[in-house]
Amino acid sequence: MQMPEPDASVLARKPAVVAALRKVLPAGAVIDDPAETRAYECDALTAYRCPPLCAVLPASTEEVAAVLKICHRMGVPVVPRGAGTSLAGGALPTADSVILGVARMTQVLETDYANRFIRVQTGRTNLSVSGAVEAEGFFYAPDPSSQLACAIAGNIAMNSGGAHCLKYGVTTNNLLGVTMVTMEGEVVELGGAHLDAAGLDLMGLVCGSEGQLGVVTEATLRILAKPEGARPVLIGYDSLEVAGQCVSDIIEAGVLPVAIEFMDRPCIRATDAFSGAGYPDCEALLIVEVEGSEAEIAEQLEIITGIARKHDPVELRESGSAEESARIWLGRKSAFGAMGQINDYICLDGTIPVSSLPEVLRRMGDLSRDFGLDVANVFHAGDGNMHPLILFNANQEGQLALAEGLGAEILKLCVEVGGCLTGEHGVGIEKRDLMEHQYRPADLEAQMRVKDVFDPQWLLNPAKVFPLSVSAARREGGLAPHVA
Amino acid sequence: MMRPGTEAELAEILRSARAPLAVRGGGTRGVAPAGAVLETGGLSGVKLYEPGALTLVVGAGTPLAEVEALLAEKGQRLAFEPMDHRVLLGGEGEPTIGGVVAANVSGPRRVQVGACRDHLLGVRFVDGSGEVISNGGRVMKNVTGYDLVKLMAGSWGTLGVLSEVSLKVLARPQAEATLVRRGQGAAEAVADLCRAMGTPYDVSGAAWLEEGAELRLRVEGLAGSVAYRAQALGAALGGGLELVEGAESAALWREVRDVAPFAGTAGAVWRISVKPTEAPGLLEALAPHKAGAMLDWSGGLVWLLATGGAQAIRAEVDKLGGHATLVRGAGDATVPMFHPRPAPIARLEEGLRKRFDPRGILNPGLMEGA
Repeated sequence: MQMPEPDASVLARKPAVVAALRKVLPAGAVIDDPAETRAYECDALTAYRCPPLCAVLPASTEEVAAVLKICHRMGVPVVPRGAGTSLAGGALPTADSVILGVARMTQVLETDYANRFIRVQTGRTNLSVSGAVEAEGFFYAPDPSSQLACAIAGNIAMNSGGAHCLKYGVTTNNLLGVTMVTMEGEVVELGGAHLDAAGLDLMGLVCGSEGQLGVVTEATLRILAKPEGARPVLIGYDSLEVAGQCVSDIIEAGVLPVAIEFMDRPCIRATDAFSGAGYPDCEALLIVEVEGSEAEIAEQLEIITGIARKHDPVELRESGSAEESARIWLGRKSAFGAMGQINDYICLDGTIPVSSLPEVLRRMGDLSRDFGLDVANVFHAGDGNMHPLILFNANQEGQLALAEGLGAEILKLCVEVGGCLTGEHGVGIEKRDLMEHQYRPADLEAQMRVKDVFDPQWLLNPAKVFPLSVSAARREGGLAPHVA
Repeated sequence: MMRPGTEAELAEILRSARAPLAVRGGGTRGVAPAGAVLETGGLSGVKLYEPGALTLVVGAGTPLAEVEALLAEKGQRLAFEPMDHRVLLGGEGEPTIGGVVAANVSGPRRVQVGACRDHLLGVRFVDGSGEVISNGGRVMKNVTGYDLVKLMAGSWGTLGVLSEVSLKVLARPQAEATLVRRGQGAAEAVADLCRAMGTPYDVSGAAWLEEGAELRLRVEGLAGSVAYRAQALGAALGGGLELVEGAESAALWREVRDVAPFAGTAGAVWRISVKPTEAPGLLEALAPHKAGAMLDWSGGLVWLLATGGAQAIRAEVDKLGGHATLVRGAGDATVPMFHPRPAPIARLEEGLRKRFDPRGILNPGLMEGA
């Protein structure tokens, strides 16, 4: 993965940039010691690293605005950073960039149960948003696997999803308003505690824009009343096709489970060995979870198990207690840890139409054989969001490149069947160079025009999302070629 | 009038256009910008429908009625419950799915499942220069590049003319029931509606009609579940609510969806977005101009029938941080349809319009406003 050459004139001005930032931030909020900036040299895509020019940790919207005004005036690129859990390299710095971290901005600013929202500073972690409202019986729905660590800022930047979005939607569906600072340092309010936009849906545009349109410092989030209860059922099949058909039939039957998780045999074996969940050794395992009162759960599970039985499962395990429920989820929840134990892996998140599931799994198997690398699958089947884990040995020369090559082929396959490159992790640098497989030049041009409006000099997180060759004129010239 | 039959024809029309165009689906939403009419009805037809994947891809000019009939055959529907503006505005046109998307039209169920924009998975459109642009797709989770899908929803044809839309559809539930209580004023009713939304009973409609002082709460789902939740919800609100089921319940919500209480009335109709608990105070503050009111979204959507007072209405709403759209004017052309935005936001919107429609030919002036 290429990154652009750092701007030598910016590198040369480092002392002046740091001094200017120190003037507007409290002591300790500007980090330029090379030993300390190393903490910001990468995110969760650890294969790529680069120390930034410096890192700043503002504590308020005003401080963020002050930082951006300086960087704008001095022509210094800025890379916003939430908790640094991006799997796509969304927070990877360049040597000439200032990392703007929101880690010190963790306050709850307002909770309003009657109107069902919470307003927080965006450095707050996803899980602690739910934590702030759970005593009153509420929760914040989007639940990415990294929810213990990941920040709302990053959730908004990447429009994060999670296991339960089949019912509750992803970040953009649960975001009501944002306070955003533009690259010029101007503070704008988009949306709010009310619904819908007065004009164009700029908040919808900002959500998922990977920190390239502005820095979101505060967010108004929809909170929901917790369901009375939830219960999973475990269903095993000896055929990927049949399991895929079962998913489709459940959805078509009109029950809307909160989650339908899918694991294939390599994943089942690895997680079972790791966690002792007691999973059957079969081709495909589904975990389907429903919510409601006891009677409602029973009513939904009756329909679901009825459909599952028609497809002749090798295993159908209903949960009779909280312990049994936890056991059903145990393996799934430890899947990534289990894989990490036995191998290095790359985790992709291409999305496909649910109907293409069997075809994609079959062809992915072929690719896996062609490349000589194992692929384990664990994913959100209800919404087609795959999570192929490509297993490789990072200590062996050439294996990372080989794994990346296989990853690219799998993502192209997702696009070919009518899906997309990324369902919830974002493009970052990881999928940047594949964008031309999903979008035609005019489609990418239209997206870059949006950045031209919000950030005409292309200073915010400039080397992400768009292939470097496609964005070169803008990043180097500062303005779109056709815009005077 | 121009009526392209294909996306390529649409692109050619826009490339060669030399004067403003009034983009129109079914022409039922009450806007008539100046310019030659460009009608999208020719861009119709189902491209793909996969009930098992909850996905529908259709030409933007496809009549809404056709879409709804197709989905009903498979026991599915557009969950965001788009309003039929003809009830309120009169008119003869046939609403199109592209019109629904362009205006981001959402009904009572928005409070539970989200707006039209939340169900829009992908768009194809032609921008003001005649360039065909595609964004999003047909899958439910997609964060590949910028979300122009959200930008196009509710952009009223000012950034481009939709040629194709891809939507998430949902199952039509087995049963529905509505709890009704009469005689509560707005303040009391909104308190109850908000309480209901804070229960785990998955309320899918929460409205109050000034006429008859009638509170309505809807639950939908499997039959057993609906019976349970209706009972539990009634109990949580202190009992004494009347239970209306099935088709009768559905009729109550068509009325709310289409703002039927204001049909055939005289006066301006405003659609106001505020925090739910602020709705009662707003109605009080606007009493001198108010000729009727209906609250949806547990109070978050105020439908106001008004005689004059446009300045006062927008000023009151500004105090609350919401916005007010003039859905049915009363002959005063000086009142803009959309709520004026603060200068920095208006500048961003203007910047987007300039880049997507550099010659300013798409519904010019319709959404301007700072």
